[in-house]
Amino acid sequence: MEVSMTVNGRAVSADVEPRTLLVHFLRENLRLTGTHVGCETGYCGACTVHVDGKAVKSCTMLAVQAEGADVKTIESLASNGNLHPVQEGFWERHGLQCGFCTPGMIMASVALLDENNNPSEDEIRHGIEGNLCRCTGYHNIVRAVEYAGAKMRGEEPPPPDWEGGE
Amino acid sequence: MATTSVMGGSVRRREDPALIQGMGTYVDDLQPTGVLQVAFMRSPVARAKITSLDTSKAKEMPGVAAIYTHEDVAHLGPLLAQVQIGKLRPLLADGEVNHMGEAIAMVVAENRYQAQDAAEAIDVEFDVVKPIIDLKEAASDAAKVHDELDSNILHTWTYHGYWDALGLEDQTPQVDAAMERDDAVVVSLEMKNQRLIPVAIEPRSVMAEYNPGYGRFTVHSSTQVPHALGGAISKTFGMIASDVRVIAPEVGGGFGSKLNVYNDEILAAFAAKDLGRPVKWTETRREAASSTIHGRGWVGTATIVGTKDGEFLGYKLHALADMGAYSQNFTVAIPLLGLWIASGQYKMPVSWTVDCVVTNTMTTDAYRGAGRPEAIYYLERIIDAYAREIGMDPFEVRKKNFWQPDEFPALMGCGFALDSGDYASNVDKLMEKADYAGLLRMRDQARDEGRLVGVGVGSYVEVCGFGPAVLAEIGFSWSEYGLPASFNGSGLVRVNPDATVTVVIGTGPSGQGHETTWAQIVGDGLGIPVDKVRVLHGDTREHPMGIGTFGSRSVAVDGAATYEATLKVREKAAKIAAHLLEASATDIVFENGGAHVAGSPAPRVEWEAIAKAAYQAHTSPEDVESGLEAHTSFSPGNATWPFGSHIALVEVDPDTGNVELLRYVGVDDCGNEINPMIVNGQIHGGIAQGVGQAMFEDAVYDSDGNLLTGSLLDYPLPTAADLPSFELDRTVTPTDVNPMGVKGVGEAGTIGTAHTIVNAVVDALEPLGVKHVDMPLRPKRVWQAIQEARG
Amino acid sequence: MYPRKFDYVAPSSLDEAFEALGDDSKVMAGGMSLIPLMKLRLFSPALVVDIARIPGLDTLDDKGDHITIGALVRHAETAASDLIRSNAAALSTAAALTGDVQVRNRGTTCGTMAHADAVADQPAGALACGAVMIAQSASGTREIPASEFFVDSLTSALNPDEILTSIRIPKSGDGEGSAYDKLGRRGGRSDYAVAGAAAWVKRSNGSITEARVAVTGIGTKPTLAEGVAEALIGTDGSASAVEAAAERALEGVTVLEDLYGSEEYKSHLAKVYAKRAINQALASI
Repeated sequence: MEVSMTVNGRAVSADVEPRTLLVHFLRENLRLTGTHVGCETGYCGACTVHVDGKAVKSCTMLAVQAEGADVKTIESLASNGNLHPVQEGFWERHGLQCGFCTPGMIMASVALLDENNNPSEDEIRHGIEGNLCRCTGYHNIVRAVEYAGAKMRGEEPPPPDWEGGE
Repeated sequence: MATTSVMGGSVRRREDPALIQGMGTYVDDLQPTGVLQVAFMRSPVARAKITSLDTSKAKEMPGVAAIYTHEDVAHLGPLLAQVQIGKLRPLLADGEVNHMGEAIAMVVAENRYQAQDAAEAIDVEFDVVKPIIDLKEAASDAAKVHDELDSNILHTWTYHGYWDALGLEDQTPQVDAAMERDDAVVVSLEMKNQRLIPVAIEPRSVMAEYNPGYGRFTVHSSTQVPHALGGAISKTFGMIASDVRVIAPEVGGGFGSKLNVYNDEILAAFAAKDLGRPVKWTETRREAASSTIHGRGWVGTATIVGTKDGEFLGYKLHALADMGAYSQNFTVAIPLLGLWIASGQYKMPVSWTVDCVVTNTMTTDAYRGAGRPEAIYYLERIIDAYAREIGMDPFEVRKKNFWQPDEFPALMGCGFALDSGDYASNVDKLMEKADYAGLLRMRDQARDEGRLVGVGVGSYVEVCGFGPAVLAEIGFSWSEYGLPASFNGSGLVRVNPDATVTVVIGTGPSGQGHETTWAQIVGDGLGIPVDKVRVLHGDTREHPMGIGTFGSRSVAVDGAATYEATLKVREKAAKIAAHLLEASATDIVFENGGAHVAGSPAPRVEWEAIAKAAYQAHTSPEDVESGLEAHTSFSPGNATWPFGSHIALVEVDPDTGNVELLRYVGVDDCGNEINPMIVNGQIHGGIAQGVGQAMFEDAVYDSDGNLLTGSLLDYPLPTAADLPSFELDRTVTPTDVNPMGVKGVGEAGTIGTAHTIVNAVVDALEPLGVKHVDMPLRPKRVWQAIQEARG
Repeated sequence: MYPRKFDYVAPSSLDEAFEALGDDSKVMAGGMSLIPLMKLRLFSPALVVDIARIPGLDTLDDKGDHITIGALVRHAETAASDLIRSNAAALSTAAALTGDVQVRNRGTTCGTMAHADAVADQPAGALACGAVMIAQSASGTREIPASEFFVDSLTSALNPDEILTSIRIPKSGDGEGSAYDKLGRRGGRSDYAVAGAAAWVKRSNGSITEARVAVTGIGTKPTLAEGVAEALIGTDGSASAVEAAAERALEGVTVLEDLYGSEEYKSHLAKVYAKRAINQALASI
């Protein structure tokens, strides 16, 4: 069936089977492969995108459910070569290793900071509870979100904490 | 060669700009014109004869290009394995299935939805046989998993007998004699080190293309070992290696699960060739759970004997290790990695036996740590129990028995020597960082209030940096995949005519930041800015030789090779610079993007001029060949032996058994560090996976062989909300095994963690008299232990 | 991973939806329970009736003596609503502890009720808060008390032709309070409930005059533990009275073992969480 929506500011439409998941529509029809698939039960969050401003798991949503919706993916965050503060935070604070969970993690973090740009560590940890990372132990992801929050508040981010060794 | 001059800067990762913008390329992102998608029809039962298999109806389903069963691929033989003990996996089930999830048929269709529909339409009938799941039952040989094998015990590793050539002494009599001493304190526990599912967040994926005109394969795979896969494909299809190009683009985590060559990879290549179209398979998470390798899966009894005042007299372990149904890659060799660190950081005789047992479950192989977390878990748990038994502080007990700094290299009973270490200083630094004394006071105060607070400590040494060429004699090589028989490192460094640098390495990173670390190694060595260095990896066409990334080997072996190649390039560049400066090559130093004579900054010659000269005969010295590159192989004389100590603070809810991890502090020692930021990240992730094993994860088969934990619904992984921020520091004890003094850090965090957490929970429960709780420390199990202790 | 084929309609009115519903159809609001089951091919309706485009179902309204939660009100909205927090704290907390952020942004409170998962959080809150489920069909409207709504695992009292269009929650009066607490699968309050309990209490002149306690996670369905309420009423709500009342948490419950707990453990937890929920409810008054 025909589905139309706005993806990253651009009107798109396609003929899809009702069973087509939004994530496959984004990845295969639109070739927006930054949104990833890591599980099938809505647990890993690698597929997180924004639908009408809210973070959702695009693997647990049918493309047809997004009819008329405003969808934003990781590809929309940086503008004119300028990284979003959350992207910058992930880079500056080593918030990623293999990078596979990263787009979803970043989209979840952006949604979190859009609602509250000064979250506590506990609020950050619960805010990204729906996104699994197997590489970082989340420590530096939390630091990355703290960094981004500070930037978004116009403050100097806290310094990195990795100076180990003698 | 100097061992301390290396880098040490927390350079931001070069990998990240693409990844944080969703522009990294993973295998499933590839969608070439005409690509077909694969779905496997997999066994829903653990053990059965296949009495009928009918694909005719499924072949008529929309979009189906082909369906293959065993007959179609029998000529390709079973899946190649490096260590060929046990039964090798048929590419597709050969008349019988031996574990749930075993691939029976391969469907290739226009899209993945249609492939799945057709897989579901295949008619198969089974004559179900009672599977053998329980390790002890399997080890008893009451019934056999594979009729053609003599025993369900595929192999037995013993401390003294694992390698006849070493002529090692059996220390069992020493340990037994110690137990007979009047002052002996003997502590023994049977413990499980449960089976785990690796769960790299990127599901495995392979996309194969075959061009009959050129007679060439191009295979993209989410693998840690592209060269091994290339070798396996060329061997399987009888092709020369150069006609098989394997590319591992971005790999979304591996942790050992992508260090096997898998049947699906071979089958994708087969189908691509057969159908003349690109063929892609991406596993579902359920398939990842049932059909990608598992790790751990030991049950064993650890016994320690010591004196009443804390001197170790000997250590014994007898364990059964679950191999699963079929042997892949290293399967049976995994416990050997644990054997080498059986004695940990301690001087004492060891008697260590691990039986490798076949069962009707998924194959086990290397999962982060691979044999080492198991070995250290048993040792460090029993040391903790012993310390409680004699009423001595667990760190004091450890320090009393550590190898001392002046004893390195320290030759262990297993025939290997620990390279370097200062274990007591490492513990001292940790105790200070964590305020250990303060933690104990806090714990005691909480106990007085009736709360169950525990402080757990643990140490570890591990063995990595594979590796020494001699290990090829006992299987540590890719010889079965047709590659040279050692795990030597290699690195190719080329200064291009525009004075940028291309580095080509044979590693297979899956998030470890090699493009950054190697740029630091080479950039630092040449005095060329890191942003002018490009690091290529994961492509068999770009590099003739690659071992891949596993066993925390990359920097210590391939990094060392690259470092040596860098020095060779620098040496040659010095000759060219000397020629241009009309000076002596031995006087040339490189800094700030150019070269000059030591002690006189001017005149100087920039790298641009040196590089240009190197490629032009009329500007380079007569005795120097054109070009500016070196390719070096590095053969380490020993493995490396990182170590560290950790402390965990937990609180247990006595009413529910819920464990809260309040603090986690670690001081690790991986020798010199190239990028401390990346090192920290590796330790963080390692700790999280150790916590995962200790508290959450458990791969469970029921007695009928059904995998009960086939999705993330039932295989809980730690989330951000379950973990504290980690408090890390380091000691630095360089190794002399390689010229950079680096040891490796990929697995250290995992190896150091699980026992530390369990020790903490047992400490919390000590007032109740609890001696042990098996992992994972889910509330139900902790509560059960409390109930049993309370009678 | 990939659902079987199905037909899909997104009606723009309830009447259209009623017309579409048939023997092998399924109502979908957010889809957070339904879609994973369909992806795993554990459940494959021939027709999915997506009610998300029906106007008027997405509001959470103050109706004087009660509140209505429309069929399209998300978990996140239930959790964030001051109206719910001040009148039905047990449901508010249960909504906040449902799933994760993304799940709460899509999934609906009515949807989790209709799905009737034995390990879900909000059904316990609805039971304790005395919710009434409003089920509509072409043939009319049924008001089903929460206590009669949860029939068995994944089975509610809804007929195949009915849609749960809203939930009605009585507003809180003086001396009333409620709370929800749970143990989650990853420990703490994370993930699905290994065991959870919601309690609603009314205290007047120092003694408990009314109470409702519900347990979830431990058995075949979220269940009103009527024995607990009975034991609690008339007491002063002291620690010992609460403890004694909570002992009856298993009455009417068929306890089921799973990977997260034995029957014995889950039975124990039911009592622990009944006690905790009651104490928190009392403390909130």
